[in-house]
Amino acid sequence: MHLIMFFVFAGFCLAGAINLLLQSHPINSALSLIVVMTSLAVLYLLLGAEFLAAAQVIVYAGAIMVLFTFVVMLLNADREERTMRSRAASMVGFPAVVVILAVIATVILQTRGLGVARLSEGITSTTELSAVLFTKLLLPFEVTSVLILIAILGAVALAGHDGDKSEGRKGEQ
Amino acid sequence: MTILQFILWSVLKVAVVTVVMLLAVAYTVLLERKLVGRIQNRWGPSRVGPFGLLQPLVDGAKSFLKEDIIPAGVYRPLYLIAPIIALGCALISIAVVPFGEPVSIAGSPHLFQISDVNVGLLVILGVTSIGVYGIALAGWSSNSKYSLLGALRSSAQLVSYELALGLSLVGVVMRSGSLNLRVIVEQQATQGMLTWNIFGGMQFVAFFIYLIAAYAETNRSPFDLPEAESELTGGYHTEYSSMKFAMFFMAEYANMITVSCVATLLFFGGWTSPFGDLIPPPQSLFVHALFPIFWFVLKVFCFLFLYVWVRGTLPRFRYDQLMNFGWRWLLPLAMLNIVATSFWLAFR
Repeated sequence: MHLIMFFVFAGFCLAGAINLLLQSHPINSALSLIVVMTSLAVLYLLLGAEFLAAAQVIVYAGAIMVLFTFVVMLLNADREERTMRSRAASMVGFPAVVVILAVIATVILQTRGLGVARLSEGITSTTELSAVLFTKLLLPFEVTSVLILIAILGAVALAGHDGDKSEGRKGEQ
Repeated sequence: MTILQFILWSVLKVAVVTVVMLLAVAYTVLLERKLVGRIQNRWGPSRVGPFGLLQPLVDGAKSFLKEDIIPAGVYRPLYLIAPIIALGCALISIAVVPFGEPVSIAGSPHLFQISDVNVGLLVILGVTSIGVYGIALAGWSSNSKYSLLGALRSSAQLVSYELALGLSLVGVVMRSGSLNLRVIVEQQATQGMLTWNIFGGMQFVAFFIYLIAAYAETNRSPFDLPEAESELTGGYHTEYSSMKFAMFFMAEYANMITVSCVATLLFFGGWTSPFGDLIPPPQSLFVHALFPIFWFVLKVFCFLFLYVWVRGTLPRFRYDQLMNFGWRWLLPLAMLNIVATSFWLAFR
């Protein structure tokens, strides 16, 4: 049962990812990415990580992708044109991708001891997750929050700085 | 219990809850029209049926029979999908809400809850987050400046107030120790009204933050700028007619009902009676199982009454006031509530 659901949702994930690349209108690509995020959340659920699945939907599919969609809507992006630009890139690129995929597949298939697509260790409850996150993994947690704070400060500085400059020029006139 | 039995029971529960939910949505519309009418010193709909009680049926028939106009320049796939996303997400989130005590008949799964999920509270938050897409895509695909502006404003408002909403619920989760809605209700039920999360659990600040954030999440007054007629001629649903508009309309009221259900579950003790154990339980098992549902419906009705009362009374926020309030007042207040609750729980 879990194997069937794994294949179905992994299929959705892959189909969304390939559709993302093949679509010409950016809003369709954004929506395909939402499909990818949601099927990833189901895959997390199949592994027993219920909190992580819910957090993936709330944060990734529900907030970050909304911002992506905002950008597409505000920029009024239209369909992209298909340009077969560099023939050299296609001649080298496609075989290179096949080679890289073959290498990765060989490495994975030769690894012993990989798990099965099954709920083997049971469901990780939120209590267990938070017990580990705030005791053993406290330092990575705090460092990650500082990292996000830096990103926020950078974004505010970039956005605010442009606004101040244009206001200054208007004031001079 | 076999998988087939589980599926049959689930289908039955889903059918009953969907029918009840849609009827509730229709009659919430009537409640609003009558109540806003009385606040404005006039009768609401009172001609169709006794006290206007058949008005929702007539409105439904009207929606089906009206001409469905699709403007020429819309982006058709998203234009058609957006109301489906909005109404779907609004109806899905009721699946984890428990209406009554965990009662099982002959080995069935719990009768009064469609699915008992360990992270039920997060499921509701997640489905609400996905519901934002219904609005955003509707506004963009309508190919109209009013729709686009309304959709952008509404989506920004929803995303901003989602944070305050989620943080205000953390205090409740800390007190209950679980994200499971049934466990949260049962943990509040020890002494009737005194141990409800809003009174005994000291979550009154969290309750008000939740209420305000929920009003903003459902795009209802006083936060209904995205759909204000005088501002945006209807906002994101300007270009929609008949049944698609009715789907957005129903989605809004279904969200209201879901929000009211979550508020009763988390802050007001869900299906438990306010008198606790003072009144001895009735003898008949049937009545004993139905009384909690009566309490639940009564509390949800009070919240819907409050929703409509606030709509009829308060003027709406300007957009910058709204964003200012959400980010600079509600969010820090919610975080302070979390800190205060954790101190209270640590030193109790």
